[in-house]
Parts: sequence; C-alpha cells; structure tokens
Amino acid sequence: MSLSSVEPLPKLQNSPARAYGTPARGGASPLTTVRKMRSRLGAYVEAAGVPWILPGVILILWQLSAATGLISSSFLPEPVAILKAGWRLVLSGELLTNLLVSAQRAFAGLVVGGGLGFAFGLSNGLSRFSERLTDSTIQMVRNIPLLSLIPLVILWFGIDEGAKLFLVALSVFFPVYVNTLHGIQTVDDKLVEMGRSYGMKGWDLFRRVIFPGALPSVFVGLRYALGTMWVTLIVAETIAAQSGIGYLAMHAREFMQVDVVVLSILVYALLGKLADFAVKLLEHATLQWHPAFQRGVS
Amino acid sequence: MIESPCLVPAASLVHNSPVSPKSHAVPDFDGLFRTPPAFGAKVRAAGLSKSYGQQKVLEDLDLEVQPGEFLAVVGRSGCGKSTLLRLLAGLETPDIGEISFDFATSQSTHVARIMFQEPRLLPWASVQKNVEVGLGSRRIFQDAERRAAEALNSVGLGSRAHEWPSVLSGGQKQRVALARALVSEPRFLALDEPLGALDALTRIEMQSLLERVWLQQKFTAVLVTHDVNEALTLADRVVLIEDGRVKLDLKVDLPRPRQRSAVDFTTLEDQILRELLKRDDTAPDYTI
Repeated sequence: MSLSSVEPLPKLQNSPARAYGTPARGGASPLTTVRKMRSRLGAYVEAAGVPWILPGVILILWQLSAATGLISSSFLPEPVAILKAGWRLVLSGELLTNLLVSAQRAFAGLVVGGGLGFAFGLSNGLSRFSERLTDSTIQMVRNIPLLSLIPLVILWFGIDEGAKLFLVALSVFFPVYVNTLHGIQTVDDKLVEMGRSYGMKGWDLFRRVIFPGALPSVFVGLRYALGTMWVTLIVAETIAAQSGIGYLAMHAREFMQVDVVVLSILVYALLGKLADFAVKLLEHATLQWHPAFQRGVS
Repeated sequence: MIESPCLVPAASLVHNSPVSPKSHAVPDFDGLFRTPPAFGAKVRAAGLSKSYGQQKVLEDLDLEVQPGEFLAVVGRSGCGKSTLLRLLAGLETPDIGEISFDFATSQSTHVARIMFQEPRLLPWASVQKNVEVGLGSRRIFQDAERRAAEALNSVGLGSRAHEWPSVLSGGQKQRVALARALVSEPRFLALDEPLGALDALTRIEMQSLLERVWLQQKFTAVLVTHDVNEALTLADRVVLIEDGRVKLDLKVDLPRPRQRSAVDFTTLEDQILRELLKRDDTAPDYTI
C-alpha cells in the first residue's frame, strides 16, 4: 500500500517548452537536437525502468537460491514453480473465478463504504449542524479495532457475502470520511470569499470552489482506503469464505500447496497495485491544474 | 469622458464577426469597452463604526466618493483602511452606520467589485474560466467566452487564456484578477492593496494599466494602499485614516499621467508622509 500521493514526474514533463505550450525553438543545431532527444529518451527509460531493477534482482536471487537448494521448496518454492502453479490454476479456471469473486467483493465494499464516507464527509464539512450531530459518533466507532468485530459479524451475517461486504465497507468508510471532511474544511477561505463576492452561492460555489479544492484530499483518502480494503478483505476471506483468493490460499494450505499460497499473496499484491494505479490515473485526469500533476493544459 | 459608438469598429458589432478577439496580440482597449461606459456609482458611507471584539477599528467615519472618482485611502497598518474597504465592498457589515450607492442607471444589480491583495484565482480553472467568474450569473450566456477573452486582451494576456494560473507570474496573475473584476463592467471597484506584493517595475506597469482602464471605464474606484506615491500617481483624492477616522482629505489636482518627479507631486507626497509619521515624533509607542 503506497501512501505517497505523488511520484516525481520525469524531467521531460516539466520542460518549459511543454509547460508553456509553445513549440521547441528551431535554432538549435541538429547535433544538439539529437543529443537532447537521446537525453530525453534516457530520462524516459530511467523513469520507467529504474523502479523494476530491485524487484528483478530479488526475483533472480530467489530463483538461484531455490535452484541451488539453499531454500527448501516446501519452505518457499522457486518463482518458476509458482508460475507453473499459476498457469495450472488459470487452465482449471479456479484462479479467474476466485479473482473475480474477490474483486467483486472489494469493489462492492468500496462503493458502499466509500460512498457513505464521502457523503458523510461532504455533509459534515458543509454543515456545522451535521458535524455536531454525527462526527463524534463516527470518531467513536472509528476507534473500535475493525477485526475485533469479526465474531459479531459472523454471528450476524454468518459467512455469507454480507459479512465480507460489511467488513470491507466499514474499513473503507473511515479513511474516505476523514479525508473528505478534512479536504472541505481546509479549502482556502480566501477563495470562498472571492467566490461569494462574485455572487456564487449554494451548488455553484460548491461545484466551482469547494469541491475542486477538497479533491486532492479526497484522493488521499481513497488511496488509503484501497489499502485497508485489501487488508480487510484478505482477513475476511481467510477466516470465513468458500470462494475468493483468500479461500484459495487457505484451501491450498490444507493440502500443503505452498506454491498456491505464495501465488495468492502475489495476486493480492498485484490487485492492490492495480487499484492504486487506477486511482492514480483518475488523479492525473482530474488534478491537472495541480502543480504536482502539471503537464501543461490540454 | 464620453465614448461614442462610432469609435467601435463596425465589424465587431456584428455578433458572428469574422475577427476573433483572440487574434489580437496587443492589448485591445476598444474591444472591451464597446458599450458606452457606465457611469460610476456615487458611494456614501455615513457614521460607520466597526469593532472586532474589544478592538474598535472604525469610529463614526463619514466618506463620500463622487461618481467616477478615483479615491485613495492611505494610513498606517491597522488603521482600519482595509476594514473600510471590506465594508464598502459588502464583504462585511458595519456595526453602526450605513453605506449607500447611487447608480446613474438602475439596470445593474451587483456592481461593486473588489480586487484583493492576492490574485485569488481558482487554481483548477484556466485563465479564461477565471475571468468568466467575474461575469457572475451572466457567465452562462453565449457571449461569456467572448467577453472574457476581450477582458483578457485588455490586460494584455489574451494569448494565455488556456493556461493554468500556476504558470503565470505574480504580476500576470494580478492582471487576470483585474480582468475578472473588469469583465462585469463594475460601477464601483474596491482595490485592497492589489499591487502590494508586486516588484517595483511590475508595480509601475500595473499602475499605468489601472489608470488606463479606469480612464476608459470611468467606474468609481477606491484604492487602499500604504504607498503614498502610488496613491498620488492614481488618485483624484487622497484620504488619510487614523484611529478609525478620516484625518486628512486632500484633492490631487495634477495632470495625468502624473509626473512623479514634478514639484507639486513631491510637495503633496511630503505633506501626506509628514502627516502619517507625525505621531512618531510626539509619542513613540515602542523603543529600540
């Protein structure tokens, strides 16, 4: 789970020529142009490639130590064996069905919990009365360790989908709520005053000034929520489930299939990364004005 | 100043004119003020008092600004000049006293505009969209885009319409803020030290830009500043506020554009500065 909201962009995107929307000057000699192009390409390769060096090295070391017998395969199977197990499960269709089930649960929980958190965050950020009414209660509930609710949840919902949805939604609710509220409360008062002085009020003021100002913080909440979402889902699926990636792992443990267990963990990592990436794309699309995301105006 | 419609190029009167306003590279003043300029509002403040908690900021202050007049308000920091301006612009309400505007015509509803010390541009809206904010509820009309583009041209930023505010310099941002205030053709423009944060050169440029647009639009302007030189460069009248009251009311009867080195100019500047600093000689409230 990555909490850093912004990764530095490659230098290329910050070059003044692009930022100001003007074409590069034509005065340079062909040689310098080529050199520039090469350095731009270099910057690109560097930005795209460097993050993969460390995972690659780890993978190679892992494979080597497993192949030479340094690590026993019942302790940690070699990467190739895990790939094989993955391929086997893909062919049997088990991987895909369980993957879809897990993704569905995560998504449903995110929509319900995130939606509610967003709605409460908005209403408490905009209305003093609403905040007085609900905020202290929400903060109280927030301090209950989520996983301590599991016995109760199983008593209430059994081990049906309801239990998982409840847990995931609850885990997503708080980060989205807290950050939406924070975002709205910290919108620049001076901009709001400016908007009012130009006759904006109600929905217009919200849409043009308050919401765009709160959006970066809402995204921080969303990315944080994605992290807690996967953690909760894994726990819910390993404790009580009959499908899903967590179930796949628990089932494999009973049959000592270490390769499938490791595979499940890797799939979780991949899903988490994928969700984070999706939010990042969303951020880039909606926060283009933000200096941290700036690539010039489209 | 009377501006007759015949000053306007005929082509630009046609709605779907082939001449795009964006094609002007140089500031286009005629384009912005094609409608005969509205006369400024007469602003009258009577018996204004305002306090924050125990702190009395304004005390029984009377002030009258003639239509189309450029008034500068100077004073030490904390003398209440900014509060006075916020009251005039309707951002706050006075504890006692009242403010009235007399408009030559009654068609306009919201005509008091304020330009803040900071540009206060919406960072998530393009320069053009920021200017359209100034149109208020009229920004949904079809000509909103054209009018905003014209206002941007008039401050010399027509070519930057589609950029984010964050790539502009401080002076350019303040020019966008000026375009935003002007696009609604205000009858009364309150200026809250809008040039205070700019460097000396940009400041002089902005002063002459302000003077030009004021001469064109003839709105009533009240400028709050701590810079006596700036006040004398721009204003018809300078008012000095001390302890929440008007202490000095001085007519500046000098030809425009003002010559900063002229003897009359420096004499006035000296007079106001001496008035401002007077309290220091008699009763210093701090020691070094």
